[in-house]
Amino acid sequence: MGEDVGRYGGAFGVSLGLLDEFGPDRVRDTPLSESAFVGAGIGAAIAGMRPIVEIMTVNFSLLALDQILNNAATLLHMSGGQVAVPLVIRMTTGAGRQLAAQHSHSLEGWYAHIPGIRVLAPATVADARHMLAPALADPDPVVIFEHGSLYNASGSPEPDGAPADLDSAAVRRSGTAVSLITYGGSLGKVLEAAERLAADGIDAEVVDLRTLRPLDDDTVIGSVRRTHRAVVADEGWRTGGISAEIAARIAEQAFYDLDAPVERVCAAEVPVPYAHQLEEAALPQVAGILAAVRRAVG
Amino acid sequence: MTARKRAHARRSADRAGGRAAHRQELLRDMVRIRRFEELCVELYSAGEIRGFVHLCIGEEAVSVGVLRALTQDDAVVTTYREHGHALARGIPAETVLAEMLGRITGCSRGRGGSMHLFDTGRRFYGGHGIVAGGLPVAAGLALADNLRDDGHLACCLFGDGAFAEGEFHETANLAALWELPLLLVCENNLYAMGTPLAREHAQIDLAARAASYGMVAWAVDGMDVLAVERATRRAAEIVREGHGPCFLELRTYRFRAHSMYDPDLYRDKAEVERWRHRDPITTLARRMHARPCARRWPPTTGSSSWARTSDATAAPSG
Repeated sequence: MGEDVGRYGGAFGVSLGLLDEFGPDRVRDTPLSESAFVGAGIGAAIAGMRPIVEIMTVNFSLLALDQILNNAATLLHMSGGQVAVPLVIRMTTGAGRQLAAQHSHSLEGWYAHIPGIRVLAPATVADARHMLAPALADPDPVVIFEHGSLYNASGSPEPDGAPADLDSAAVRRSGTAVSLITYGGSLGKVLEAAERLAADGIDAEVVDLRTLRPLDDDTVIGSVRRTHRAVVADEGWRTGGISAEIAARIAEQAFYDLDAPVERVCAAEVPVPYAHQLEEAALPQVAGILAAVRRAVG
Repeated sequence: MTARKRAHARRSADRAGGRAAHRQELLRDMVRIRRFEELCVELYSAGEIRGFVHLCIGEEAVSVGVLRALTQDDAVVTTYREHGHALARGIPAETVLAEMLGRITGCSRGRGGSMHLFDTGRRFYGGHGIVAGGLPVAAGLALADNLRDDGHLACCLFGDGAFAEGEFHETANLAALWELPLLLVCENNLYAMGTPLAREHAQIDLAARAASYGMVAWAVDGMDVLAVERATRRAAEIVREGHGPCFLELRTYRFRAHSMYDPDLYRDKAEVERWRHRDPITTLARRMHARPCARRWPPTTGSSSWARTSDATAAPSG
C-alpha cells in the first residue's frame, strides 16, 4: 500500500498492473498520510500480515519517521520479544534528476543508524528483483532504498532466480590497488571510475555494500586488507554519513593494513541545488572519485 | 402467586442480583487499580521504580469501563498512562509491577518499564510513549481484522493531547475511509501534560470534531464507570456492524500530577478538589448504597516487602 500505488501504478511505475492482478484489498491506494499508512503497515504486520508499504520518496518518509523509528524498529525490543514487525518499506532515494532541495535527499545513512531495522540499497536489476522476497520473509522490518536514477536501468534477472543474500556485500569488480566502497546509485559512477583507472594501470576493487544495516564488515575489511587503500563514495552528506561509519570501521579493524588515509567522496554539504551544473557539482562524480583514488594511491 | 408470576419475580431478582454482582466487580477492579497506583507511588518514593511513571488515579472508570466492554479477541493499543488499562485487561498485577521494577519476570521482560506494558497473549499491544503514536498501529491491527473478516476490533486509547497530533487526524481519516473496525477512545483528562484543553484546542468539543470524519462520535462522563461501560459496549456494537470506526470522548480527570516528575503547578488546587468529589470509586459506591468494601490491595502485610520479593510472579499472600 502507499500513495498512488494502485490506479496510478506507482509514482515511478513500480506497481503498474498489480491492482488488476491482485485486487483492491491487497493493492491499496492510501491518502497522503505517511504516518498513518506506515503505522497501519506496522499494525497489520503485528497481526501477522506481510505488508509492503511504498513511501513515494525518502523525502516524505520524514513524515513517517516516528512510526519507523519509535514503533517498527523498537516494538520487538521494548515488548520483550513479543511484538515482531515483519514489514517491508520501499522508497525512492537520491538526487541527480534536477528535483531540487526537497526531493533529492539520500537519507539511507540516517536509517542505517537505527537498530531494529534492516536497510537495503539495491544497485543492480537482479538485486532490485530478488531482494524483495527475502525482505518479506524477514521477521523484522526491512527498509529498501531504490535510487531514482536506477528505475530506467534494464536487465533480465531470472524470473525464478534465487532470493538475494541480504547479509553480504558484493565485490562487483576484483582488483588489487585500492578498494572502492559504495552502494546504490553511486555504483555505476564507481565502476566507470574503476574502468578509467584500469586504463591508467590502477587495478581497483569495487565493493557494493548492498545492505547498509547490518554492514558486512568481513567483505569490506577483507578487501581493504588485500588492497591496503580505501575510497568510500556515497551520495549522502559527508558529516556523520554512512561513509564516515565505513571509514571508522576500517580504522578500527584494518588500521595497520592501510597504506594511506581512507578517502571519502560525498555530497557537498548544501541543500541539493536545482540547476544542472550546480547539482552535478554538489554530488559525487567520476572525476571526484578518480581524484580521491589518486590521492590514496599516491 | 401463579407459577408465571413466581418465575418473573425470580428472573427480576436474578437480574438485580446479577447487576449488583457486576457492580461489585467494577468497584473491586477500580479499587484494585487505585491501590496498585498507590503502591507505585510508594515504590517510586523508595527508589525501587525509576523513569517516567504516569498514574491514572482518578481515571479508573475509563480503564475498567472500557476494557470490560471488549472481548478477549479485540486488540488494545494504549498510551504511557496504562497501568489501569493493563490491569483491567487481565494482565497479572505481579507481572506489571515486575516490569516497573525492571525484572525479567515483567510483562515486557524488563525492557519496557511503566510506559511500555505488553501482553500479546491478551492482545495488549502497549504501552506507547509517543503521544498519538499508537493510533496508526491500531488502525493496522484493525485492517488485519477487516481483511480476515473475523469480527474483532482494535481499540485505541489515547489522551486529549493526542487529538492535537497529526497522527490522530491521519488515522481517523484513514480508518473512516477504509471502514476499519477501530474503536477510538479519547481519555480526555483536560490536560496535555500541563496545558489545559482550551489552551491547546480552538474547538474543545472533541467528539464533534471526530464526527467530522464521518464516524459516530459522542462524549461520555468518564467518571461514571457504568456510563463508560455502556457507551463502550454500544460503540463496539457499532464498530462490529462493519461501517467503520467509532469515537468516544471520555471526560475524566487525573487527581495526581502528570508524572512523578511533575510538580503540578499549573492547576488550581480547588479545581482538583472539585473533581475529587466526583471520584469514580466513591461515585459507584454511593450508587450501590455501600461503602467501598474491597479489602486493601495488595495485602496490608507490607506491600513494599511483597514487591521486593525475589519471585515477583508469585501471587501475593496474606
